[in-house]
Amino acid sequence: MDVSDKTEAADHSRQSERKSWMAVLARSRHDELDEIVARFGGLPAHDVLKPAETGTVMVEARAGGTGRRFNLGEATMTRCVVRLTDGTLGFAYALGTDRRKALLSAVIDGLLQSTDSPKLREAIVALGRRQAEARQLALRKAAATKVDFFTLVRGHD
Amino acid sequence: MYVAVKGGEAAILATHDLVAEMRRGDPAIPELTTGQIREQMSLAVSRVMNEGSLADTDLAALALKQAQGDAIEAAFLMRAYRTTLPRLGSTVPLDTGAMAIRRRVSATYKDLPGGQVLGPTYDYTHRLFDFSLNGATGEQPATTLADTPLDTRMPRVPDILGAEGLMEPETPPEGDPRPFDLTRDPVEFPADRDVRLQALARGDEGFLLGLAYSVQRGFGGNHPFAGEIRLGEVPVELVPEELGFAVDIGDLTITECQMVNQFKGSKHVAPQFTRGYGLAFGHAERKAMSMSIVDRALKGRELGETAAYPAQQDEFVLYHSDNVEAAGFVEHLKLPHYVDFQGELELIRRLRRELDERIAREAAEAGVLAAVTQ
Repeated sequence: MDVSDKTEAADHSRQSERKSWMAVLARSRHDELDEIVARFGGLPAHDVLKPAETGTVMVEARAGGTGRRFNLGEATMTRCVVRLTDGTLGFAYALGTDRRKALLSAVIDGLLQSTDSPKLREAIVALGRRQAEARQLALRKAAATKVDFFTLVRGHD
Repeated sequence: MYVAVKGGEAAILATHDLVAEMRRGDPAIPELTTGQIREQMSLAVSRVMNEGSLADTDLAALALKQAQGDAIEAAFLMRAYRTTLPRLGSTVPLDTGAMAIRRRVSATYKDLPGGQVLGPTYDYTHRLFDFSLNGATGEQPATTLADTPLDTRMPRVPDILGAEGLMEPETPPEGDPRPFDLTRDPVEFPADRDVRLQALARGDEGFLLGLAYSVQRGFGGNHPFAGEIRLGEVPVELVPEELGFAVDIGDLTITECQMVNQFKGSKHVAPQFTRGYGLAFGHAERKAMSMSIVDRALKGRELGETAAYPAQQDEFVLYHSDNVEAAGFVEHLKLPHYVDFQGELELIRRLRRELDERIAREAAEAGVLAAVTQ
């Protein structure tokens, strides 16, 4: 493995880490993010490059799940881009129309890239854990409705 | 010629007040919140998202409140609002195989990997009134929890048949082209599958249900099996240009139906099963099932079948399935047609006058003739 391969692998792991916190932020509520930001001394200084804006995305799907692409319909989405004082860009994209959440998510995305704050990281991981627990709970409720078939004894031999 | 007339402003303002009062109903009864509609009328919310072609449970709940529960009026509100929003892009095609399953049943295989998961359904209820719902109980219904959660990845049933080669494959065409968007470009006929699926996805549930029923009763000659119906949450991904990698933007609740149909084969194709596909926002099982039956009926041309029935004719189905358009055209008849009607009135009067004159003239001529022959 030469140097450029190593850098590429490091980039890749950083990107996958970033993708997972962005997924957690996208599933959060703004009061949860407000609470986290407050714990870290409020919103840090930042420039808003693209103010939180609500628009739509066309949701695509595939015929039969695997075939030709088609447009299922639109969904609302809100996005925001900020720049922290050290120049780091923070981005947010989430389904829905919550502009406060988009701003907070973009700032947190910037902070997680620029600062090495284990506490902030841990706060987002904890948020992700709560979301995963809710998913597990839903999957356990569904699992309780799974059918156990049993064969009835037949009358003839 | 159009003749512009003015008037009615005061009457229109008064009707706005009156409809607001009617929407509110008896002020002694507490007002509904949109949160209550979103949480407790969620199947109506799903319908409005599908026919309004905009996935947003909060907006759909607001639309239902504002439209007094009229699903088509609510869909109209969603469509109108959508036009005010910028389009920020297209998502990566949904992977329904990655769905967090809440319900998944198959009528074709009893023992399928992952199992039959009944989920939340009215299918096994007795359809007897539960009068206890008349009052607010304030109780949280108890749900049963299994020790082990469901598998996070369950195979789709048609893919199981596909592995045996007995199922018509669903693969993207060469180059995996961008789908047609009927909100941007005019539809032309014959319409391709991507156009048809988009139109069906936003089509009226009642219209598609009626068409699907007609297919089952013999006006379309298919014998469908519900290969699989699944409901659950699917992650949605977007690749923003400025980032260049896929970002997960949250989950959408989705209902999918894969209908399995017989196909006798043709000169070039061996007998195999063919599929119909239905996909909908939210929990919308009847819609997804109807859509999948009509999708299969509309595939007739590609399979060399004769289009003998309404459900098999793309122009008929696609032009009449959109309830916002249909309601607009039917209901525009309520608007003033005073001048048109004045024209019709004059025409009918003239024709009747001419008829009367002809009868009188003929009677007079007959009288003259009778006098001459005497």
